[in-house]
Amino acid sequence: MAALLELRKVSKSFGGLDVISRLDLHLEEGEIVSVIGPNGAGKTTLFNLVTGIYAPDGGDILFDGKSIVGMEPHRIAKLGIARTFQTLRLFLNMTVKENVMAATYGNTKARVWQSALRTPFARREERQVDALAEEKLSFFGKRLIGYRMQQPAYSLSYANRRRLEIARATGASPRVLLLDEPAAGMNPVETHEITELIARLRDRGGYTILVIEHDMHVVEGISDRVVALDHGEKIAEGSFEHVATDARVVEAYLGAKAVREGEAAE
Amino acid sequence: MPRIGTDEWVEQQELRTEYYTGLTAPARRAFDRVGPGPRFLTFLAICALFPFLTDSPFLIRVGVNVLLFALLALGLNIVVGWAGLLDLGYVAFYGFGAYMYAWVSSGQFDIHLPTELAIPLVVTASALLGLLLGLPSWRLVGDYLAITTLFFAQIFVELALNLDRLQLPWMDEPLDLTGGPNGIPGIDRMDILGIELPGVRDYFFLLLIVFALVVIGLYYVNESRTGRGWRASREDPLAAELMTTPVNRLKLLAFAMGAAIAGLSGSIFAAVQTGVFPQNFEVVLLIMIYAALILGGAGSISGAILGAIIVASVPEILRTPENARFLFYAAAIAVLVATVRPWQRLAVVVAAVVAFGAVLYQLVALAWPVGVEGELTGGRFSGLLESWMVIPAENQELIGNIAFVLLVASVLTLTLLRGDARLMLLVPTLYLASFVWENRLIAQPSVTRQLLFGAILVAMMTRRPHGLLGTPRVENPV
Repeated sequence: MAALLELRKVSKSFGGLDVISRLDLHLEEGEIVSVIGPNGAGKTTLFNLVTGIYAPDGGDILFDGKSIVGMEPHRIAKLGIARTFQTLRLFLNMTVKENVMAATYGNTKARVWQSALRTPFARREERQVDALAEEKLSFFGKRLIGYRMQQPAYSLSYANRRRLEIARATGASPRVLLLDEPAAGMNPVETHEITELIARLRDRGGYTILVIEHDMHVVEGISDRVVALDHGEKIAEGSFEHVATDARVVEAYLGAKAVREGEAAE
Repeated sequence: MPRIGTDEWVEQQELRTEYYTGLTAPARRAFDRVGPGPRFLTFLAICALFPFLTDSPFLIRVGVNVLLFALLALGLNIVVGWAGLLDLGYVAFYGFGAYMYAWVSSGQFDIHLPTELAIPLVVTASALLGLLLGLPSWRLVGDYLAITTLFFAQIFVELALNLDRLQLPWMDEPLDLTGGPNGIPGIDRMDILGIELPGVRDYFFLLLIVFALVVIGLYYVNESRTGRGWRASREDPLAAELMTTPVNRLKLLAFAMGAAIAGLSGSIFAAVQTGVFPQNFEVVLLIMIYAALILGGAGSISGAILGAIIVASVPEILRTPENARFLFYAAAIAVLVATVRPWQRLAVVVAAVVAFGAVLYQLVALAWPVGVEGELTGGRFSGLLESWMVIPAENQELIGNIAFVLLVASVLTLTLLRGDARLMLLVPTLYLASFVWENRLIAQPSVTRQLLFGAILVAMMTRRPHGLLGTPRVENPV
């Protein structure tokens, strides 16, 4: 089976610093893959390369068998890759529902004149978008629906903003969801909830998920496969147990000296 | 006690709807209940009645200006309010529309297209120019885009002034494109579907129809995917792009639609004025359109309209001393009502000002009789001020100027004081303001007009920084 998303020897450097070097990565349909690695390992750059914010210096990125290198970001998103941001980037002055509706732009067709004249087609499409937004928001239980849909996004709590980011990404009707630290800044209860949510997104939403996460409980709970990055290179790949005990991964997180001392203590 | 299941925003929302108190409360609640459609229809009906209430061509001309301003503000609102692009070249599209209409319906090139053809032509050409001048917005944002587009506005005026002797290599005689500083006179009056538009009143109705269609169209566009796309790109262009929104294409669309509306207004303006001149399209006009939009509330259709009404009509109202005097005292009282609370304290201040003036008048009359022998500038309410306001018959100008300096000093001192001291100084300051007004300012309507207009704008914008009908926005922390 061909991979849904595949990176082949992708490289990216900024002014002589190799942030990603010759990285191979693949994502099968229906998989949840976690990317871990210390700060500066190139995880977010990986997301930026896949979503088209940066163009890779070398290598190729294939989505569903076709290269997406050099495509405008909104086209890549329309093909079916949507993401969330580590630092939240919501449309703060728009309502919760509008945030999700805005993500449907690429998948809707009404022209300006049709909207201005409120033609039957434009009205039908608007109703569909409305229903889609409510459906995506109801994925989060009661947290984002009801009166909350008409609230401006800036009035949401931090945890709800994180949820809305995910809801907005699903509003783009993607096949692949890229989640950049979905549990960052959340308390243990909320973190647990996010873990369940990610599993539910795959099982019920049918999304293939690539997730960057620092919280090892989350990574352990959700991952089919874990990829560890350090200095832009893949240092380990496989099941959580395999990667978590890999010597190079431990070294990358704790430093070589700490590893040696740990061995000495044993 | 906090109720379970409601958060801060919901509680505030309830506060917002229950906010109204006092006599006007039922009316305001009823206004909230009526939807935007009936509200707009009522507004249109009032506008349509306006030409029947007055015979004065001047007043109807003011009405035409208000509608032109409203159209311009609505067009600018697309670019600035919704798409969030600081476009300072906007007035060039208005000018281009006017000149373009002049080219196809005047003796300049001896082309007299029927209006039904000329207007779509002008609107299309303006939209294309908008596309072209919108291109820098792909790369430039914020201040950089503002400076670049301001250059377009300036170059338009320069071109209009200088393209009267355009030497083309294949022509023997220089081409007169714009008529230079003299502009293009003798533009045809419009003639739509066999209905001639001979007078200003007819243009008022034409503009009202155009205005209604534009407002309805924009209202629906704002509620559509396009409107959401614009607002999303304003909020966070990168996030919008990654949520399938083609941000660059939407920016161009905003520029083109804004330019189309400006070009449409320009062509009607040219026909009303039956001539176009470079000085009609200077940066001052741009600032006034921006003032209207910001005053009303960028991003809000009703705000753009209200702002245009204020900006286009208040300077006209201030033209005569009587109206200006009325507005001056009304504004002073409004500021007092808004800032001095509770009402008991307000009553004390007003009574003190009246008493202060009466006593001062008697003192001056005793000590220096010439000091009260001056004539009040006539008009309404002058009788009320007669034995209150000191009007010197000699050295009026000098005394007025000294009072002006004193007024500025005491206003500055006021901002530094707190509590009772502030209230004490407020009384003589208010009298001083009226004194300067009656002795110096009212005699010079042209200067006063601008001063008072500026003061009104500053006061309104300080009270509501997000505009009269705008919604407060938060800045994205990115």
